Amino acid sequence: MKLVRKVGAFVLFGVGRIGRMGFFLIKAFFYASTPPLKLSRVLKEIRFIGFQSTLVILLTGAFSGMVLGLQGYYTLTRFGSEALLGPMVALSLIRELGPVFSALMVTGRAGSAMTAEIGIMRNTEQIDALELMGLNPFRYLIVPKLLAGIMALPLLSAIFNVIGIFGGYLVGVKLLGLSEGTYFSEMGNYVDMEDILGGVYKSLSFGVLVVWVCCYKGYYTGFGAEGVSKATTQAVVLSSVLILVWDYFMTSLLF
Amino acid sequence: MIQIIDLHKSFDGLEVLRGVTFQVAKGEILALIGRSGYGKSVLLKHVAGLIRPDRGRVLIDGEDLGRVRGRELERMRGRLGFLFQGGALFDSETVFENVAFPLRERTRLGEPEIRKKVMDLLEQVDLIGAENKYPAQLSGGMVKRAAFARALVTNPEIMLFDEPTTGLDPIIACAILNLIESLHSHFGFTGILVTHEIPSVFRFVQKVAMLHEGKILMVQTPEEMQSSMHPIIQQFIAGCVEGPIRYH
Repeated sequence: MKLVRKVGAFVLFGVGRIGRMGFFLIKAFFYASTPPLKLSRVLKEIRFIGFQSTLVILLTGAFSGMVLGLQGYYTLTRFGSEALLGPMVALSLIRELGPVFSALMVTGRAGSAMTAEIGIMRNTEQIDALELMGLNPFRYLIVPKLLAGIMALPLLSAIFNVIGIFGGYLVGVKLLGLSEGTYFSEMGNYVDMEDILGGVYKSLSFGVLVVWVCCYKGYYTGFGAEGVSKATTQAVVLSSVLILVWDYFMTSLLF
Repeated sequence: MIQIIDLHKSFDGLEVLRGVTFQVAKGEILALIGRSGYGKSVLLKHVAGLIRPDRGRVLIDGEDLGRVRGRELERMRGRLGFLFQGGALFDSETVFENVAFPLRERTRLGEPEIRKKVMDLLEQVDLIGAENKYPAQLSGGMVKRAAFARALVTNPEIMLFDEPTTGLDPIIACAILNLIESLHSHFGFTGILVTHEIPSVFRFVQKVAMLHEGKILMVQTPEEMQSSMHPIIQQFIAGCVEGPIRYH
């Protein structure tokens, strides 16, 4: 009986948390779609989430493309299909790796910072101070981050894809001797608009997901330094797991 | 102006407020005293509309703060200023930006007017020269003064002070109380001051309320409070260990 009660309490707690998270997202979208919009805050967040993530995206994109080029070349050589290296690198990046890796990188770099920032503001009563000035914390803190995430993620993902394809080109063409024409022309034959749009939709949804989870964890952080540190860890872990889970569902729906 | 009627609040089964009732007239400052950790700040946050009561009402000019939502609540909060225990300054902004913040966000004043208003207020709280510093670069007393300036910049009708002198040395604490006194006579706000500065605050507050075991034990003038024969009040004001108030 005790066990049943414990399981019941655990399930109720879980359902409550999911409901609170869902309500948090609905509130964020509601305030995002009603005026006034803090445009200067949105631009500031785009700079933080987008522009300041560019370097890490360039680095990870280049090396992901290079690894794909290397692995792809040796695997395709076994079947005598190395001419398809270009499409393989491009499709892997555009459909999967670009959106997913960019989202994971943004989670690690900007998402953790978002949680810590909001968590510290919560613990030092800065969010209460905002409310007491008659300002809605959602409108001021969450909405700009949400809009910035939605705008920045597809762009970062595009940068990741371009630099990754270039990385694959460096390895496949310059290092392993594949013909330059083959690499690019086959890519043109096999990559459709549908693939690109699928990647964009994924990035858009990852933008929402990362900001949602990271802001939520900061907004409802525990007390003190330990509370903020736990919230930050949970935000990064939960975002990363949800990105991969959501990616599976998006892939099965889109392609 | 502020009426608190039969306020009840519990957290995780622990009853913090058990039917608090008192009122503060327009232009008065009421000092709220009582033991640490027994609900004074919780009570103050109810008046600010940051916490909703389980039962009871907080009325500001007859309007029930617990029943308003959304923009109406934002409008009512616009009439309040709150000085938090830790200041609650935005740590990524300078003193000037902190004080200017409510004006930039809530008013249509131009930048020259905002600058003038902020600098005037910083002069009143003796922070000229510190306007470009960040909160982390300020002393405890300066943080409180900057937070006070930010709370006052929109000319609130009601000021709520949550232990404004906690963590300050006696001289700076006295300076902060003097500042509250002089700005009260200048701006004429209605106030609730949560404090342990007894009897220093008695010289300028109009009423003193003691919160004890979740209820208001007594609301009296400072003179009445100081000459009270009530054993709990006597013990608390004298700061004695021996008496009806047990400590753990």
